[in-house]
Amino acid sequence: MDAFESIKVTFFQECDEQLAELENGLMALEAGDGDGEVINAVFRAVHSVKGGAGAFGYEDLVKFAHTFETALDLMRSGKLAIDADAVRVMLRASDVLADLVHAARDGGSVDQERCDTLAEELTLLASGESKPAAMLEPEEEEDSFGFTPLQIALDDTPAPSGRWRIKFKPHQALYAKGNDPLFLLREVARLGECEIEMDADGVPSLDALDPDGSYLSWTVYLDGEKAESDIRDIFDFVESDCDLVIDREGAAPKPVVEIVPPVAATPAVAAPRAVAPARAEPEHRDEAEPGKAAASAGGASASAPPAATIRVDLERVDRLIDLVGELVINQAMLAQRVGETGAVERSSSVALGLDELEQLTRELQDSVMAIRAQPVKSVFQRMPRLVREIATATGKQVRLVMEGEGTEVDKTVIERLSDPITHMLRNAVDHGLEGPDERIDAGKPAEGTIKLAALHRSGRIVIEVSDDGRGINRERVRAKAIEKGLISPDVPMSDEEIDNIIFLPGFSTASAISDISGRGVGMDVVKRSIQALGGRISITSQPGRGSTFTLSLPLTLAVLDGMVVTSAEQTLIAPLTTIIETLQPKDGEVHRMGPNRAVLSVRDSFVPLIDVGVSLGFHETPTSPTDGVILLVESEGGGRAALLVDAIQGQRQVVIKSLEANYQRVEGVAAATILGDGRVALILDVDGLVAQRAADNRTSDPIPLAKAG
Amino acid sequence: MTKRILTVDDSRMMREMLLLVLKEAGFDVVQAEDGEHGVEVLEQHGADVIITDINMPKLDGFGFIERVRAGQSHRATPILVLSTESEAAKKQRARDAGATGWIVKPFDAVKLVDAIRRVSA
Amino acid sequence: MTDINSANRIELISFRIGDQEYCVDIMAVREIRGWAAATPLPHSPAYVRGVINLRGAVLPIIDLANRLGFGATETSARNVIIVVRIGGRVVGLLVDAVSEILTTTADAVQPTPDVACDAVKKFVKGILAVEGRMISWIVLDQILPDDAVLEVAA
Repeated sequence: MDAFESIKVTFFQECDEQLAELENGLMALEAGDGDGEVINAVFRAVHSVKGGAGAFGYEDLVKFAHTFETALDLMRSGKLAIDADAVRVMLRASDVLADLVHAARDGGSVDQERCDTLAEELTLLASGESKPAAMLEPEEEEDSFGFTPLQIALDDTPAPSGRWRIKFKPHQALYAKGNDPLFLLREVARLGECEIEMDADGVPSLDALDPDGSYLSWTVYLDGEKAESDIRDIFDFVESDCDLVIDREGAAPKPVVEIVPPVAATPAVAAPRAVAPARAEPEHRDEAEPGKAAASAGGASASAPPAATIRVDLERVDRLIDLVGELVINQAMLAQRVGETGAVERSSSVALGLDELEQLTRELQDSVMAIRAQPVKSVFQRMPRLVREIATATGKQVRLVMEGEGTEVDKTVIERLSDPITHMLRNAVDHGLEGPDERIDAGKPAEGTIKLAALHRSGRIVIEVSDDGRGINRERVRAKAIEKGLISPDVPMSDEEIDNIIFLPGFSTASAISDISGRGVGMDVVKRSIQALGGRISITSQPGRGSTFTLSLPLTLAVLDGMVVTSAEQTLIAPLTTIIETLQPKDGEVHRMGPNRAVLSVRDSFVPLIDVGVSLGFHETPTSPTDGVILLVESEGGGRAALLVDAIQGQRQVVIKSLEANYQRVEGVAAATILGDGRVALILDVDGLVAQRAADNRTSDPIPLAKAG
Repeated sequence: MTKRILTVDDSRMMREMLLLVLKEAGFDVVQAEDGEHGVEVLEQHGADVIITDINMPKLDGFGFIERVRAGQSHRATPILVLSTESEAAKKQRARDAGATGWIVKPFDAVKLVDAIRRVSA
Repeated sequence: MTDINSANRIELISFRIGDQEYCVDIMAVREIRGWAAATPLPHSPAYVRGVINLRGAVLPIIDLANRLGFGATETSARNVIIVVRIGGRVVGLLVDAVSEILTTTADAVQPTPDVACDAVKKFVKGILAVEGRMISWIVLDQILPDDAVLEVAA
């Protein structure tokens, strides 16, 4: 059944939402932020998953969810304390629940032992406080179908022959609850041949008649094949709202004890207790009512009406963004060609029109890009669980604090964030944080804190992962790098440079990435994959205090603000965000260190000079610096360089085209774009160029730096 | 005339299931995702029979039933509770709030439609 | 021509490089366009001429003559670019001219003669004899440089 399959899909989608709610709620409780509503929401989430799972027959899931729900129910009714330990058990239970949901969805299997362990822990928690009656068995509910879920086990003594006599007088309440004696009697009539008498004696005169009042009663004579319980079933829900006597015609009227409240039907153990709460409930409810009404009223006014949203096919959005990208290119081409003809005056209406066109195109592009922008929350959401698992596996105690989940980024970037963040977190827990004992010795709390934050900074999205662990052991890192021949022992390196050694290819080995990090992927691979996106990653550290990974990515992989330059007759684009300033070098400022190494003195420091044309292999002979232009750039690692190009053509916003789509990653090139003349221009990978020069410097013989002058 | 059923449940999946089952049975269906929303939808569209969940955010099933009963337009409209719970205490509470009947989830489509027919014309 | 039914028929596009003729499976061919100057790519093998703009997509151009081991093509406006799909990538092959569409069957393809040099053997799937001409069927999966090659060139 197709419709059924689609409902199943919805169910699992909803489960994911519920699981997220559950985790967020539990984490709020863990942080001490929980109010009454949070625990309710947490309960509802598990309750919801259980309900749906039952509909589809996912037995294991239902069972575990039921145990989980029972414990949560105790929490929300105040019978179980919401303390740190309990919440931690709940968090682990939520992980197991998620596993069970996904196993149900994908047909996989779960770690049964873990499942059982947690079920035990939950039961333990629950039984510590509860009374047996509160723990309903799931079986009870499975039995329940239709209008009368609990079989009323009244004794069916073999009836004397003769018809059933059903005396039925509804109370006013019966009518008030939307019941209609007509339908009830109709139901009875379905059970067999019957004769119905109505007694209208109770009806007062018109002026005394209350339209809501109940004045009628009926006697039904029913041929006796059905059991009494069949008849009672029909009146099950309304029994307390009517006078109902069922006996055999001709038999003496049975004692009132027949009319037993339905609650007697619950299992014997529960019966005495269940009755009491039923009585107590109304008062309890009345007290709670005003509070609840006030709360919901308060809630209603406090929350703003949610912004209207629509669901759109992602493909359509992607297509729209591509088209707008083409529009940008076209508009640029048009402007360029018109400019080339020279026929248009700067102030003419055509020129003004073109300027306006450019404005509009830009705005259109910004708006359209915003459509696809999403908060990083979807990526962040998986991280708490990841951290919990690594912490457990490494025997550390960790608390993950997340900030800036609402920070928005283009969809194209979001998908690529997950892996790098995962690696940084793994690194932080595994290597950054000390074990609880070591931390206590160091005067720190046993529980380490890792902060995952997202923010916008200078037109990019920045993700920071900081820990309060031991920081980078610079001696050891430097020694190891020298040992592996990655750096030269005599070259002086700043602390920051040493910290960033971990990103060098060949540095991370099996010993650096422990087994639990899984794939044994080195930080250099992480760095390269980020660079492929036009991003940067670096690390700073304070020994004994902790480290911070900083990852920065463009807000979108689709457009870029760039400076158009030429080198060796090739047109290139340098990302504007990397450029600090442009300079015209003078003779005395350039100092040669060797055939292909030069530095530029900029104010008080020396900055490596990189001839872009030579670096990219476009020509062999370097440009004379004084003939060209310098772009002073800064890479994420903080390293600066002076990029020497032939000329600057201007600034433009360009649409980024991937080289990797149809080709490969190219050293020194981040991506490509299409210029106004329809030709492809390469976008420089500034970080790559800077890093390459730094690597060259490190591995070759040191050359003493000459002073300026 | 086609009977209109209002279903109130915070689970999207449940709403989809109910829509499917009830439409196939020939009913007209309007839906709401919690008690508050249910009151609004009822005001706007009216209903001949109401089916509601208990555990919902903002305004739960009990609160919703009470609101409906306190209003003028649907004081006597049959309200069926559709819930995973079957505790007697909860059922009594529903009764006290003014519910007409109680069906347990997961529901049997046939029994659900039957129950609806039992409480309405 | 041999007897052809739809089951065993294959269609090929034949083209010329220098005085040699080659062909590729028509299923791989996306379009044919004229020559456009390519933007050179740094650190790339000599047979990768660069990239061009194909309606907004960046298309690498492979100098097929060079790839096969003959020298670099001297390009002019008369050159042709055959746009093909290789795996998940779309790539342009620089050739001298496109000849015709051939329809034939699989059994008409003869094995490459042993005397052919390694480069040719790597790329040529077989030989077709058409009206007295020898046409080599080029197989495309090996045409693009792989990562290892790129790193050496860097």
